[in-house]
Amino acid sequence: MSDSSAITHGAPEAAGHHAHPPYLRHHFESVEQQADTTNFAMWLFLLTEIMFFGGLFTAYLIYRNWYYPAFVAASHQLSIPLGGLNTLLLITSSFTMAMGVWCAEMRKKSGLVLCLILTFILGMGFLGIKTIEYGEKIEKHHVPGFHYSLNSFLNPDSDEAAKAAGDKPLALDMARHTEVYFSLYFAMTGMHALHMIIGISILGYMIYRAQAGAYTEGHVTFVENFGLYWHFVDIVWIFLFPLLYLISRHQ
Amino acid sequence: MSHISPVLWQFLVKWMTDFSLFPPEASKIAPQMDALYFFMVLVSLIGLTIVILLVTTFSILYNKERHPVAVQVEGSTLLEATWTIIPLGLFLVMFVWGALIYFRVYNPPANSMNIYVVGKQWMWKAEHPGGQHEINSLHIPTGRAIQLTLISQDVFHSFSIPAFRVKREAIPGRYTTVWFEPTVPGTYHLFCTQYCGTEHSHMIGDIVVLTPKDYQKWLNESTSGMSLAQNGERLFASLSCAACHNARPDARGPSLANVYGAKLALSNGGTVLADDAYLREAILSPSQHVTQGYAPIMPTYQGQVSEEGVIALVEYIKNLNSDYRVQQTTNTTDLLPEGEGKAVPAATAPVKPGMVKQ
Amino acid sequence: MNYLTKENGLLSWLLTGDHKRIAMLYLISLSFFFFIGGALAGLIRLELLTPQADLMATDTYNKVFTMHGVIMIFFFLVPSVPATIGNFLIPMMIGAKDLALPKINLLSWYLYMAGGLLALYTMMTGGVDTGWTFTTPLSTHYVNTNVLTTGLAAFIAGFSSIFTGLNFIVTIHKMRCPGMTWFKLPLFVWANYAAAVLMVLATPVVAIAIVLIALERTLGIGVFDPTKGGDPLLFQHLFWFYSHPAVYIMILPGMGVISEVISTFSRKRVFGYTAVAFSSVAIAIFGFFVWAHHMFIMGISNYAVIVFSLLTMLVAVPSAIKIFNWTFTLYKGSITFETPMLYAFGFMGLFTIGGLTGVFLGVSGTDIHLTETYFIVAHFHFVMVGGMLMAFLSGIHFWWPKMTGRMYPEKISQLAAVVTFIGFNFTFFPQFILGTLGMPRRYASYPPEFQVLNVFSTAGASILGVGYLLPVLYLTWSLKYGAVAGDNPWQATGLEWQTQSPPLTENFPVTPIMDHEVYDYEWLEGQKAKEVASVG
Repeated sequence: MSDSSAITHGAPEAAGHHAHPPYLRHHFESVEQQADTTNFAMWLFLLTEIMFFGGLFTAYLIYRNWYYPAFVAASHQLSIPLGGLNTLLLITSSFTMAMGVWCAEMRKKSGLVLCLILTFILGMGFLGIKTIEYGEKIEKHHVPGFHYSLNSFLNPDSDEAAKAAGDKPLALDMARHTEVYFSLYFAMTGMHALHMIIGISILGYMIYRAQAGAYTEGHVTFVENFGLYWHFVDIVWIFLFPLLYLISRHQ
Repeated sequence: MSHISPVLWQFLVKWMTDFSLFPPEASKIAPQMDALYFFMVLVSLIGLTIVILLVTTFSILYNKERHPVAVQVEGSTLLEATWTIIPLGLFLVMFVWGALIYFRVYNPPANSMNIYVVGKQWMWKAEHPGGQHEINSLHIPTGRAIQLTLISQDVFHSFSIPAFRVKREAIPGRYTTVWFEPTVPGTYHLFCTQYCGTEHSHMIGDIVVLTPKDYQKWLNESTSGMSLAQNGERLFASLSCAACHNARPDARGPSLANVYGAKLALSNGGTVLADDAYLREAILSPSQHVTQGYAPIMPTYQGQVSEEGVIALVEYIKNLNSDYRVQQTTNTTDLLPEGEGKAVPAATAPVKPGMVKQ
Repeated sequence: MNYLTKENGLLSWLLTGDHKRIAMLYLISLSFFFFIGGALAGLIRLELLTPQADLMATDTYNKVFTMHGVIMIFFFLVPSVPATIGNFLIPMMIGAKDLALPKINLLSWYLYMAGGLLALYTMMTGGVDTGWTFTTPLSTHYVNTNVLTTGLAAFIAGFSSIFTGLNFIVTIHKMRCPGMTWFKLPLFVWANYAAAVLMVLATPVVAIAIVLIALERTLGIGVFDPTKGGDPLLFQHLFWFYSHPAVYIMILPGMGVISEVISTFSRKRVFGYTAVAFSSVAIAIFGFFVWAHHMFIMGISNYAVIVFSLLTMLVAVPSAIKIFNWTFTLYKGSITFETPMLYAFGFMGLFTIGGLTGVFLGVSGTDIHLTETYFIVAHFHFVMVGGMLMAFLSGIHFWWPKMTGRMYPEKISQLAAVVTFIGFNFTFFPQFILGTLGMPRRYASYPPEFQVLNVFSTAGASILGVGYLLPVLYLTWSLKYGAVAGDNPWQATGLEWQTQSPPLTENFPVTPIMDHEVYDYEWLEGQKAKEVASVG
């Protein structure tokens, strides 16, 4: 992120003479400056996203500290196999995305398109599994505000997941706090899923443009910057997974 | 400063109060806070005067007509240091002085009389320990330290007495406290200062400060019969608290006599001071506050008892120094749910024959 | 040919990427929202003429002051200088052709408009009465008004702010012209850079706070609800974590304007340039660590109070440093009193008072008595209106010839500045006294002994209103009838003044090279001498 590119050696252009690639915007002196600038902008944007998720993580940490037994019991309602599979899908999609960036840099159009399509599919897979998980929550009335049910926590024997985890029944006031856990669960994974949906939509657009050769003629910044975004969304999940799914599982 | 020249000070304050430029000083802490306030006003005036003088002087001296060519001056590290260190020093003095006053306002002395205040949209309800209830007013004596234990039934409110220079938020969900010692009899404004909805501007009242004699008269005239603690005892019985908290050897809950102010060992290994906040929490969310040696079976009373009810129970427990009456007046075996191991009356506990069902 | 005449037609404005056109779009919309906020303020002052709540129902009054705060803060103060003057000038000051991300810049404006229109819609469909601070549980469970739409409006406006800040940071890092090192940047750029960092880091936190309120309101979950184990104080922490840095977002760009104006009208380099530059950064950094001074009496621990009070003392010092440095910029200068300079002087006095009264509030002992009263209202109006708004007007008048190519009439503008200053003091100084007396804020009615001061305040407000109306009139007039301004009517040193007024779309015909110091009046004299020589 050196600033030396800011001190450019751009020569004044004669009016009407365009000796530069068509994708160079006119307020930039050079392609390097444009690439460097947009890259910096994407890192800065990701910093704002960290602050955004940070608020939710703060609320989570505080309430987990106060209501630990409720958080443990509620966390046992999540499926580790599904969550783990999702983690695997996302990490693999980050790999395919990184491969895609490499293909773009190496000007391998079909490789790029393949990698983007794979990333797209893996992302959709993640969302599909999320939908299944959310569906389970809806069935079991674990959605805050919509006929939220404390049954699984007051009578763990009536609930498969709680029974499998060997949970003891919670006192009523502690059981009520599981609703806070699920609020944070839906807020955090929902916000994450929203970012996934946005990413997948952009991926769709990118596949179309990549097929037209837009990214394999030296102008790779869009793919690179999107890669950064995708990796960020992956990293957020890597924090969400242990915090939400793996509370007190070692016992 | 009030010690430097009491006459001058009183004249200044009275003059400003009469012209409605300054509130009356009616508590012990008021002159102390005013001293800091006037110090800060003085420092601010001096600072402002310096800036205005400099700007005016420079504008005149270095007016374009008088001084057509500017002399480029880079800066001066000495000046930078000066106007960094002096303001910082002054601010730190104010900070320390203010922190001392802050601690004084929110740390009540041990012998203070406690009055509970419940705020709700849009009124203040005061509960004296003797059972007197007031709405939107508070009768208090001069010369005594008075602590207010505040809580809100709904949203944030703020209990403000400008004449005493005290103010404290009433928060839903936990107690907050503030204390003061009134010094001048009279009637003073009570305001709610935290925006709380439609009638926020009308959530006001009167603080009536009486001489001790007048206060005693008022107490006698306005007693409603039962003290807060007596009310609490009634609630204790009607909510069946004695089913577990009955001091029998096999009791399922700890004895509550003399528990207020004690250090309790909790079942999760920590210790906690049993103050008002703890007692309230233990009634409303007991599973986080289980005393060591007892099972976490106490049900929550959230929703079954109002804030006033909690206050009455807390007041009752605060004053409880023996379990005699508890054991006297209840038959615990009948209060237990069926099939949960009935307690056998211990041989040593005195039980009136007529009270035990066969 | 300039940026105004290059293309015509509505679409060329609505789809522009030119930072200067976007700045003008912002200027028009900001003025619009300012006057709506101002009208609401007028209603407040009218109600407060009498002790009883007799002009409107208390519910209506509550909505009026809430919307006044929401509009003034989110739709005027936060974007004011950055989105208008910053957008227009920062690329020019660093010798660039545009901001780094022109499309994001346009998106910022559209987001601002979307948020603003949503806020207007809220007003017309019943308003919101939670106060701009949205305190829970009042906002989540106890009001039936448009909390969600207002929250959404603020949320959208927040993203406008984030994108503007992001754009500024990237531009200042990556688009400086040859020779433009960090310590040759005008102090206006430093100030906006610091504000941009705050915009980018702090705004997302209030976005999350609003999301959580929306979830709690719609789904009834208990994140902030004590009966469900939540903590209403958590909202306060999340809210003030943004809203305190927000006040520095609002004031820093204004301070940047003052640096430029005082330098130009005393023909002198700003005294202690490095100190002023670093003060901007220090304010931004320290500003992140003082948020709980808005919560001293809310039941946070005594030790938290001590920490936050101490840090608040620290954040006050850089502002003091700036005031003194500006004062000494006048020393041995050659001072003239054009309108921008008059506004700057007004800023110096009023911001000093406002800043000092902030110390009264940051000291925990005095805060007990003064918080939640009119003392707070007076404090923030002194810094925001006496400070920030004066700086905004100073900047608008200073750069008006550059932005429009026209001069405004000098006498009436000086009159307006004086009228504003007088009206301001009459309006807000009595409020310090009212606060000390104990008059609470957000009250539609009050005890009769407070009436005299309230009448004073309302009288002042009517004078203030005239002071703000005049510039709208004569500035608009000047667009058609004002004298044509040359490149550099003030003989100022910035790069923006070394090119035509109004500027070309690409700002400079040739990329400038910063081969002289910033605020280099000797260099400027040299340039003038060269011009005279080449003509003669």
